[in-house]
Amino acid sequence: MEIIVLLKQVPDTETVIKIGEDGKSIATSSIKWVINPYDEYAVEAALRLKDSQGANVTILSLGPQRMVESIRAALAMGADKGVLVDDPAAEGSDALGKARVLAAALKQIPHDLIFCGHRAVDDDENQVGIMVAELLDIPHLGLAVTIEMADGLIKISRPIEGAKVQLESPMPALITLGGAHAIWQPRYASLPGIMKAKKKPLEVKKLADLELSPEQVGAAAAKIMVVSLKMPVPRQSGLMISGDTAAKAKELVRLLHEEANVI
Amino acid sequence: MTGVCIIAEFRNGAFRQVSFEIASEGRRLADALGEPLTAIVLGDGVTAEAATLGQYGVKKVYLIDQPELKDYLAEIHVPVLAEILRSVQPKVVLSAASANGKDLSARLAARLGAGLAQDCTELLIENGALKAKRPVYAGKTYAWCAWTNGSYPQMASCRPNVMACSLIDASKSASVETPAITLPAVVKSRIVKVEASETKVDLAEAQVIVSGGRGMKDPKNFALLEELAQLLGGAVGASRPAVDAGWRPHADQVGQTGKVVTPTLYIACGISGAIQHLAGMGSSKFIVAINKDPEAPIFSKADYGVVEDLFQFIPAFIKEVKKLKAACG
Repeated sequence: MEIIVLLKQVPDTETVIKIGEDGKSIATSSIKWVINPYDEYAVEAALRLKDSQGANVTILSLGPQRMVESIRAALAMGADKGVLVDDPAAEGSDALGKARVLAAALKQIPHDLIFCGHRAVDDDENQVGIMVAELLDIPHLGLAVTIEMADGLIKISRPIEGAKVQLESPMPALITLGGAHAIWQPRYASLPGIMKAKKKPLEVKKLADLELSPEQVGAAAAKIMVVSLKMPVPRQSGLMISGDTAAKAKELVRLLHEEANVI
Repeated sequence: MTGVCIIAEFRNGAFRQVSFEIASEGRRLADALGEPLTAIVLGDGVTAEAATLGQYGVKKVYLIDQPELKDYLAEIHVPVLAEILRSVQPKVVLSAASANGKDLSARLAARLGAGLAQDCTELLIENGALKAKRPVYAGKTYAWCAWTNGSYPQMASCRPNVMACSLIDASKSASVETPAITLPAVVKSRIVKVEASETKVDLAEAQVIVSGGRGMKDPKNFALLEELAQLLGGAVGASRPAVDAGWRPHADQVGQTGKVVTPTLYIACGISGAIQHLAGMGSSKFIVAINKDPEAPIFSKADYGVVEDLFQFIPAFIKEVKKLKAACG
């Protein structure tokens, strides 16, 4: 079985975000880049299937050279090989453009299952993985919090508002991961894993290798773009309520009822 | 290419609240364009309800009412939506940024070759085109997005609980058209089952969230927050440490990796306020922080702060809320 994990790199979630000089992207100096947490769950889910069923796990990424570190980190966790599409011509792509690059790369890599996070916690676009499934014309099972395989079918459960849904699909299929760290608890790389990862194959491709013409991707093909970033309006400094316990409780209820009108 | 079209979300015999929110937002955008507002409604047993979207200013509803559309399955819903949208040809398409709404929006955008902004919190029309504001980095900052010239439809999904709901005229009904569309014959994936969840109020849709963190000390202590949440008609959330400790289900996690929520009232109990948690709840309308550490970063986001042991304070607070409820009848 061939499992491909789509992996993106994002600023660590403890990063304080500042707007860059162009006003439409973030300042990237002194950022610690990590694997998008939901993609890290995807790596873990793929490795669990590899452990239980046997599989080759390939990491596929689109992005600059700094991605190599994250791909190696996933290889150290236990993935088998990496493919990085690094081409300046892909810069400025919207979600659909990025999905086109990934789908084109996937057409050259045998795949039974494709895993990725349901969103990346930087742009929060919530769409690239799903679009890849559409472009490859395969089912997408989204927001998975459990993944099982039986009789050649992949089965997931996903929480939606007020309900839990179980979906099932034959392969090939694309699964986007939901849930939280507490569910997936991605494994740490072992020291031998880190040593081995250095020797695992990592192929770097250009758009031309994917038979993708530049006009299908990049800024020129984008249908939507970010025109500016704005920091949230800072909150007015709050009121600290004083007094003894009973007085504080009474005052908080009064404020919420009379001033805020929320209870 | 004209008008605004919303994709309403209908489940278990009723429209989800977010459908009225996107209808209301759609009305505002359609008015700004001076063009009509239409809606697409797919579901099972939805015929009797469909025309009520007229109360929110929808002129016309494209309705398909079939048992196969009872629960959302991308492989059935997306081709049907795409076919209707190709014939309606709206400039703007609004959908719900719910679990299913985000799923169908992305797949639909890829199918139509359209630009999509997910989880929008503000929309406006500028020079006849849509502009959308949406949180990025879970709300640490916001992106304003624009569509390139002549790129239609301009698709946006709207975060639940954010867009104002405006009932225009309770006596109005929309005209209903039933397009002749054949559902896809071959579908690979299938819905095995749908189970209603035990909690009554979903975190993403809750008006009030009472959240607990490391300071709760023990999973049993969350009963206190459950009681308060129930009293306020809200839901219980949790910080990542509380979920990582196994005290609360993962679905309750609020933060950059977890749910990003925008309730009217967020009460943070024993949560210090890690930056990734603050991002996930920072755009709540009112924030109350209860923490015994006066230096806790959560206080920087709070409208009202109480420095006290939560095990002392919350029972007293519950008592006062009960008094208020009794007084208000």
